[in-house]
Amino acid sequence: MATAETSRLEGLRSRGAALGGFGPAAISVLLVAAAAALLVGSLRSSTFAQLTVQGLALGSVYGSLALALVLVYRASHIVNFAQGELAMATTYVAYQLIQWGLSYWEAFFATLGIAFVLGTVLEVGLIRPVLHRSAIAAVIVTVGLFILIDGVVTWIWGGDFKFMPSPFGTTIYHVGGVSIARLYFGILVVVLISVLLVWALFRFTKLGLGMRAAALRPAEAALVGIRVDRMLAIGWGLAAVLGAVAGLMAEPSQYVLEPTLMQPILVYAFAAAVLGGLESPAGAVVGGLALGVSLNLIVQYVPAITSELQLPFAFAVLLAVLLIKPSGLFGRRTVRRV
Amino acid sequence: MRYLPALGSLVAVGAVLAALPFLLSAYHVALAAQVGIFFIAVLGLNILTGYTGQISIGHGAFMAIGGYTTAVLSRDHHTNLVLTMIAAFAICLVFGVLVGLPALRLSGVYLALATFALAISVPQLPLKWSKFLGGRDGVQTATTPSHVWLYAAAWTASAILFVLAWLILRGRVGRAFRAVRDSEIAAVASGVELPLYKTLAFGISAAYAGIAGSLFVLATNGFAAPDEFGVVLSLELLIGAAVAGLGSLWGILAGAAFIGLLPTVSSSVPVIGSAHGQDVVFGAAVVLVMLLIPDGFAGLVARVRRLAGA
Repeated sequence: MATAETSRLEGLRSRGAALGGFGPAAISVLLVAAAAALLVGSLRSSTFAQLTVQGLALGSVYGSLALALVLVYRASHIVNFAQGELAMATTYVAYQLIQWGLSYWEAFFATLGIAFVLGTVLEVGLIRPVLHRSAIAAVIVTVGLFILIDGVVTWIWGGDFKFMPSPFGTTIYHVGGVSIARLYFGILVVVLISVLLVWALFRFTKLGLGMRAAALRPAEAALVGIRVDRMLAIGWGLAAVLGAVAGLMAEPSQYVLEPTLMQPILVYAFAAAVLGGLESPAGAVVGGLALGVSLNLIVQYVPAITSELQLPFAFAVLLAVLLIKPSGLFGRRTVRRV
Repeated sequence: MRYLPALGSLVAVGAVLAALPFLLSAYHVALAAQVGIFFIAVLGLNILTGYTGQISIGHGAFMAIGGYTTAVLSRDHHTNLVLTMIAAFAICLVFGVLVGLPALRLSGVYLALATFALAISVPQLPLKWSKFLGGRDGVQTATTPSHVWLYAAAWTASAILFVLAWLILRGRVGRAFRAVRDSEIAAVASGVELPLYKTLAFGISAAYAGIAGSLFVLATNGFAAPDEFGVVLSLELLIGAAVAGLGSLWGILAGAAFIGLLPTVSSSVPVIGSAHGQDVVFGAAVVLVMLLIPDGFAGLVARVRRLAGA
């Protein structure tokens, strides 16, 4: 029982794997095979290698926002439609701080702090009062926030393109005949470090344990003295921080800052989160990376999938996954007692 | 006798709606027609989400299908516009059932995101098949109706579809829908055929959205373009349904007016009308309404009636 609980807490393993066709083992094999295929392809073609690295960088941005969605979903069991716009707004905050004279990285860390405060304030002020009365009303609140934040940002900063200094310079690495911009490595590294830090927080600290307990078993957690409300607010704050990382790393990959920056990325993040199983942090990150790489490669190599069809294709794949495995690749299959 | 108060308020609303075109300017008639269009779409969404418990963030996609049906039929065959609306109803009914079939395996958040995918994907399709569907330039109908024609069409359709919805929901089918919403397991145990009723709800709901989409295109001078059916439209419909109150027919007018009028009205107010002020107002209003009345206007009406009765 103890081991079963642990795996539940980590949200990585599917307890009911025996019930569904695909177990975690099959999915690990699938992922390893995919990674091997990417490696072989990269060694044979430099275009393929470039697209793979670029796809991984974009995918890490999707994964970071997807992880934010997962954290919110685990805390409150709703999907936060405003997550992308919140990320966009915090990126504008960073832009403003840089305009006021801070260096890029000073602004970066200051923004993460501001994002944390914003996330917690949102949960306490707007989500919590509605959530305990109606979950769908809380979702609609996030939809309202989507429109509101978009309007506020456009009101303050205008809808025209803004430019931020590049955090990673314009260096281009040459690895065995393949030219890859330092930018993509930078994005990948920053996102992965943030994700690892969040994972470590959840895994190794008392606060993280409290948050996991509050998300999974609120009533029991409260009984053993965990401040459940506070834990959920911190969860939203951390989600906002991860979103800010996604926004700040999306900006250099798109080269411009505009109010619609995160809208397509939010869509891919949804897809990544669902692919990973919505409750699984690792699944969200893996889903994001897989989506980023496969979309980048498919648009290049499959002539029938033109860039207009990129989104529908991503969602066709998503639907297919959901139909075969309705709880996502890494999701737990829930068995309900009636 | 049971339905007398309800019937009375319906007749009153109907009388006001019939008088409006004689009282308002052409511009305001067009606005009122817009509300009628949203009325149909929100009504349809409520049948699915409010009564059957299947959330959809993809009804803008069905509106797009309905709208393009009208535009293409009118462009290629000069079909009578009313007939194109019926065609939109039928085609969206089929599409709704087709979407409802895979949706059988999904529920809750997963269904929400799958339908969200639909809202995002469908408007991309005209860009791919641009010869037939006009690409980014859109499709123009052969004829464009007047504001008054549109108003009459929108509200006549609203009235017919409202009665139809009421008839469907009060009987055996509506009971099955509500049973599915409240507990799928209990519904199956009582002999409700889950696949049948879920896909039926999807079909009916999509067909309503199809008619709304058809009118929506006619309201934009008979011009169907991908950008008009973006994700925001789907989100607006969901907002409308939530503001109206899920699982009740009494708030739908308020929900439709909320999404149909608020952005336009707030943009004509000085200070906030400039720049993107109307988004700020609309977003803030959505948040505020949900904070104050989480079960929407229908919930408010129910509470007032209970207070009056007590």
